Amino acid sequence: MKKILIIIQREYLSRVKKKSFIVMTILGPLLMAAIMIVPVFMAQMSNEKNTIAVVDETLLFVERLQETEFIKFDYLLGKDISTARNEFNNKTHDAILYIPFSAINTPSTLRLLSDKQPSMNVKMYVESQLKKEIENFKLNASGIDKEVLKSIETKVNLTTIKITDEGIEEKSYPEVATVLGIFSGIMIYMFIFMFGAQVMRGVIEEKTSRIIEVIVSSVKPFQLMMGKIVGVALVGLTQFLLWIVLTLLIVTTVKTAFPEQFEVKQASQLYTADSKVVDPEQLQEIQELNITGETDARSEILMAIQSIDFGVMIFSFLFYFLAGYLLYAALFAAIGAAVDNEADTQQFMMPVTIPLIFAIVMAQFVMNNPNGPVAFWLSIIPLTSPIIMMIRIPFGVPFFDLALSIVLLIAGFLFTTWLAAKIYRTGILMYGKKTNYKELWKWLRY
Amino acid sequence: MTIFKAENIVKKYANHVALKNVSINVSEGSIFGLLGPNGAGKTSLIRIINQITAPDEGTLFFKGEPLKPSHVELIGYLPEERGLYKKMKVGEQALYLAQLKGLSRQDALKKLKYWFEKFELQGWWNKKVEELSKGMQQKIQFIVTVLHNPQLLIFDEPFSGFDPINVNILKEEILNLKAHGATIIFSTHNMASVEELCDNIALLNKSEKILDGNVNDIKKTYKTNKYELIYNGTLNIKEVLDSRFEVLNQISDAGDEKLTIKINNGSSPNELLSVLLSHVLIVSFKEVIPSMNDIFIANVTDKNEFLQNA
Repeated sequence: MKKILIIIQREYLSRVKKKSFIVMTILGPLLMAAIMIVPVFMAQMSNEKNTIAVVDETLLFVERLQETEFIKFDYLLGKDISTARNEFNNKTHDAILYIPFSAINTPSTLRLLSDKQPSMNVKMYVESQLKKEIENFKLNASGIDKEVLKSIETKVNLTTIKITDEGIEEKSYPEVATVLGIFSGIMIYMFIFMFGAQVMRGVIEEKTSRIIEVIVSSVKPFQLMMGKIVGVALVGLTQFLLWIVLTLLIVTTVKTAFPEQFEVKQASQLYTADSKVVDPEQLQEIQELNITGETDARSEILMAIQSIDFGVMIFSFLFYFLAGYLLYAALFAAIGAAVDNEADTQQFMMPVTIPLIFAIVMAQFVMNNPNGPVAFWLSIIPLTSPIIMMIRIPFGVPFFDLALSIVLLIAGFLFTTWLAAKIYRTGILMYGKKTNYKELWKWLRY
Repeated sequence: MTIFKAENIVKKYANHVALKNVSINVSEGSIFGLLGPNGAGKTSLIRIINQITAPDEGTLFFKGEPLKPSHVELIGYLPEERGLYKKMKVGEQALYLAQLKGLSRQDALKKLKYWFEKFELQGWWNKKVEELSKGMQQKIQFIVTVLHNPQLLIFDEPFSGFDPINVNILKEEILNLKAHGATIIFSTHNMASVEELCDNIALLNKSEKILDGNVNDIKKTYKTNKYELIYNGTLNIKEVLDSRFEVLNQISDAGDEKLTIKINNGSSPNELLSVLLSHVLIVSFKEVIPSMNDIFIANVTDKNEFLQNA
């Protein structure tokens, strides 16, 4: 037992000290933070102010087009289009909107003139404004009251309610569950591959450098294999934790440095902070209000986030990450032991990676039907359960399914470890021999 | 006093039998040579002694006790296929391997300091292994093998990869270890070093032990009553010698005649010399003792054939 700790220590330290680990640990959060921060800045940059000169021959649109913070309309009364064009100065106006007499009946004669390509946002906004005004005009012309029409218009947004065991009705948020599920599923998939491959490379390194026989004369091959697997698992957890901490650190720093860029976000944060002091009853009221009445997008997101049981999420993520990794890492270790160099790993990698890839391919299907038979079976079978169960969990999983899946996964990794240990202890002492499946089968029976 | 004993070891792999009823007996404080051509089963036996693999049948004893896992800390093993972590620093690595053999960190540091000084490696402690020459890597490997003062040392082809100077250093160290009471099992193809170092040997061929015993005793049994004689002078030797003696070979070299003579049963070297003394000036006369190399080759190819040729 003491020796296994010495092995774990070496496997852990030798990886954590590596340059590639340090680079990955720094680059990862930078990339993740960039994904969160860059869109905010991008949005700010594209929101330049536009002033559009309007030449309206019909005079129906004057002062009727709605302005926004970024798009202003300047009505050039009494000027015809050719004068406006001649006088066009790109310092005062960004574009000229030309509404000819024919525009009401033939909207295709509408023109937006500019010396540069107007942005999609501007074009779409102007289009929508014109459409609205032309429709209003036509409605009036055919004698339909706009108010009547508005009262008929109905927006349907189905609110899904989950009935829990305690009989309490909970509003459920499939969209948030989907995003969360697929995110954790993909994280587990990536981690299993990244760190499983590290175990495999470690075994191959010991074989090619011929140190293996020196070590197995001091410790049992099984101790060496487990030491390596556990050591790499700790590396994975370290990297994961550092990523989360560093990402939060970077995002918070940028937010504090440029508070005005994140105004909207801050508002919602304040909202979050406020709602924490709101007592549950009041929250319920807000919820009901939201169910019956108009929906405030921000409180919607807030409640969606609150609807997720983060305790269960974090626990199951850690469990499925570790157990899934242990299951596959043992197989990767066996592959490493069976070959002499990384180029030979291909034929054995296939059957190991197929269940993982299959799980990711089936992810979409499982999300659409998180409690169907396919989802059930895939989240029970240990080879796919780490990914599929993580996708199902945000949707709420029956206790029986979860317990069965956990038990089977533990049994699964005990089995693969036993299997791998048999291949491993023979494989590590075989040099310069091409191994095939027949050979592996023999090793299992030694 | 026997330090290690293996009785009727059988090891089968899927396709072949690696060891058939092999027994060896290593006495304490001796150097035991494990010989045999490639594929004879030497490495299989060595791995069993090191508890890397288990025998299918047979029993092993270390100092009278059945071999058990804790014994690995009393055994040092230098495998034929050996190496170190290339990216790891020399000192760190030596410490790691020593700790795996059960040494405490402080103990290992103290001992490593002694050996690094002895082999003049102090400056390399913080270098990566891949920066070292092959000879230096072998020295580190040797240090790691003997660091925990094992009572039994197993060297599998220890001299491969060393230059002649380092081979001598290594031989000296092996004899030094023996002088300090260690027992050494050592497997090699290098028969000259067997004669030089080994007290006892076991010869394996095709998974079986075909010969074992004390090196000098074995040589005596392979004595063939052949003598090498060099004399100065002209003489038709065949006319002088009667049926007691048989000339196998004769070479003339600048006035010296070099002969190989077999003395048949019932006669003696003295009789041969007394016949010749009156005829020629004798330059040298010595018994031809078969080398371990001859014995090895003879046993491995065919025992009978060798005796017929002799």
